[in-house]
Amino acid sequence: MYKLLLSWRYLKSRYIALASIVSVTLGVATLIVVNSVMAGFSDEMHKRLHGILSDIVIRSHDLNGLPDPEWHMDEIHQLAGDDIEAMTAAIQIPAMINFRDNIQGQWITQPITLIGIDHQTYSGVSDFSEYLLHPDNREQLDFLLKENDYGRGKKDRFPVSGWARRRVSAEWEQNAVEAPSDSEGIDAADIPSSPFPLIDDSGVEGQGATIAGLDGQISGAPGSTGDLDVPGVPFQSSNEPEIVFDPSSEQHTGIVLGISICSVRGRDADGEVMDYYFALPGDDVKVTFPNTGQPPKAVSDSFTIVDLYESEMSEYDSSFAFVPLAKLQDLRGMVDVQSGVKSVSTIQLKLKEGADLNAVRDKLQARFPIQQFGYQIQTWRDMQGPLLAAVQLETTILNILLFLIIAVAGFGILATFFMIVVEKTRDVGILKSLGAPSSGVMSIFLGYGLSLGTVGSGVGLVLGLLFVDHINTIAGWIEQVTGQEVFDPTVYYFNQIPVIVNPLTCVWVVIGAIAIAVIASILPARKAAKLHPVEALRYE
Amino acid sequence: MSSAYELAIEHQAVSSTDQKNQLHPRLLKSPVVLKATGVTKSYRKGKVEVPVLNGVDIEVLEGEFQAIVGASGSGKSTFLHLLATLDKPDDGEIYFEDNRIDNLPAASRDILRNRYIGMIFQFYHLLPELTALENVLMPVMIHHGFMSYMLQRRKFRKRAKELLDLVGLSHRLKHRPREMSGGEMQRVAIARSLMANPRLLLADEPTGNLDRAAGEEIMEIIHELNSAYDVTIVMVTHDLSIAAQADRTVRLAEGRVESVSFQS
Repeated sequence: MYKLLLSWRYLKSRYIALASIVSVTLGVATLIVVNSVMAGFSDEMHKRLHGILSDIVIRSHDLNGLPDPEWHMDEIHQLAGDDIEAMTAAIQIPAMINFRDNIQGQWITQPITLIGIDHQTYSGVSDFSEYLLHPDNREQLDFLLKENDYGRGKKDRFPVSGWARRRVSAEWEQNAVEAPSDSEGIDAADIPSSPFPLIDDSGVEGQGATIAGLDGQISGAPGSTGDLDVPGVPFQSSNEPEIVFDPSSEQHTGIVLGISICSVRGRDADGEVMDYYFALPGDDVKVTFPNTGQPPKAVSDSFTIVDLYESEMSEYDSSFAFVPLAKLQDLRGMVDVQSGVKSVSTIQLKLKEGADLNAVRDKLQARFPIQQFGYQIQTWRDMQGPLLAAVQLETTILNILLFLIIAVAGFGILATFFMIVVEKTRDVGILKSLGAPSSGVMSIFLGYGLSLGTVGSGVGLVLGLLFVDHINTIAGWIEQVTGQEVFDPTVYYFNQIPVIVNPLTCVWVVIGAIAIAVIASILPARKAAKLHPVEALRYE
Repeated sequence: MSSAYELAIEHQAVSSTDQKNQLHPRLLKSPVVLKATGVTKSYRKGKVEVPVLNGVDIEVLEGEFQAIVGASGSGKSTFLHLLATLDKPDDGEIYFEDNRIDNLPAASRDILRNRYIGMIFQFYHLLPELTALENVLMPVMIHHGFMSYMLQRRKFRKRAKELLDLVGLSHRLKHRPREMSGGEMQRVAIARSLMANPRLLLADEPTGNLDRAAGEEIMEIIHELNSAYDVTIVMVTHDLSIAAQADRTVRLAEGRVESVSFQS
């Protein structure tokens, strides 16, 4: 009874104990916040990585290789059909993109990874379609330019794009051509870049008026530009000069560009985070890529941006461009002339929930031995191995460092307790003279340490969870106070700091902190218990 | 040794053989509560061994008020600590109600101090974080576990309040030691020492730190305990006027009983 009472009274009357509690509190809160943010980041990253990459990728070492994907897919089905949810074939090749920057009017060339996809099945193996900007394309991509409405439900202030943009720029281009004397010898920078402001500040009504006005002027409804099953029909006509390509009503083959290929993220004059677009859905681009010749020759073709792809993984957003598979096979000459067998460069699989990735990979590796086929068969984890390992390492090291912080708090408790024991030497003598056993005296100080750890880590837990819960608000405050951006969306691509609170981690952190507090109080408690009552009573 | 001190008790000094005859008549049939024979104790200071007690014998009868006097350094406080089993003698034996207590294991000595022997000190030795009432309750809190204490809480608190009332502090129940005067603190300490209803009260210069008036108040209470409640008291003091009030006064000098005198 007296142990409880005295532990409690010592706790209440020692401000120095408060310092120990605060150090435990801070340690626990920091550990919880950091762990939650790290877990949030790594989970978000896993999701992104996994969303972009399919579960298993079979990749030919040769850019032209892996002929007859149907045969391969049949084989794979026989091998692991039970585990497979979806499968698609694709071509992935390096390419160059070339388009006119509608801010400066200059031509921009960039290296990209050109991916030919079967738009019917590709979104089955990854979250690809979720990252598209147009709501209809998120339902089902068809590589056709949409009227407008890009970014609805995803980006609030997306500029006018689609047919609405294409008609206006076609008309503007037309006017420029009709005044040849002006355009001759004019520096590119002098050309008014775009008839559109980057952001239409006039609001929806303003847009509506522009489009309505155009509808009156331009004859021929936009829309159907040919069936995609016969890709390239609209502009095969470019070889035949008598059929004129009308950009205001026709499109080239569609291309979906990674958003960072044609935009940069930066800040406007007010410091607001803004995306600046060099090209938008509705604009035409030129893509150059190697064909299958020996040696490969560069092939170029025009494409119309039909959508943008924003996975928020800068690595992918700045390099991926998607075109229809059949078109790319045609252009590269990946169709065998005699047999009509087409080639792809990768086959991607999505496995059913709960299927063992590595087991399926091993089965496939056994079926397609590397000596014979030269295929690289990897799971998404294998492909992102170094990155995932780095994140894991980072988390581990951070945890060790932060636990050291709590250990420092532990030494603080140790020092504080020694001081308290010295200060309470006479009390120990009094208690012993009243018949309190040494074990009782020891448990007063152990109980003191326990309650200190419990209170400290309890408060720390609550604070940590509150902090995690309001982390974005708090980041906002810190930004306001210091003027320094805590979480820069131009760097991270996340607009919010992602957090995941793992209850088990919290429990372990709290238990660890309490254990450290108790362990730190053992030595002082033993010292108190060993005090000789006479000496202790004499102590002044 | 102070000569005035010697003079004061010399006229009463007698040989130890006929001690008992000189005691107050009320004590003649009392049994022995506490007996020490040939108690020696020395302290080490580095390599030098400093003898403090060189064979002290005393005998305390039930209901007796015995004073132990001596100059500072005569070992009287050390002797009291040995009687209280707070320390062990190097040699000699101490008996409490015919049971040898100086060689008991620690747990038994703890119980002895907790329930059978009450102590009061020169510097009161109250726990500063606790109120007067809680300080008085401390011995029973140590005695009883949490559940047992909580079940008998009302009874204990009632007794503690009665004891504080006895020492005239019923208005100070919720006060902390630092809010009280020295005399009040000593009265709380006396109430605490009585909480477990001990058979023996050991007092280590209880008035040594008090002014005259407060000291007299404390002595009045101690006398009342002795006479009205029959508490056996052994008190260490260097105040001869206080020693003169005792039934028997044992004088220590250089670690030995120099003389024993009785109240005339």
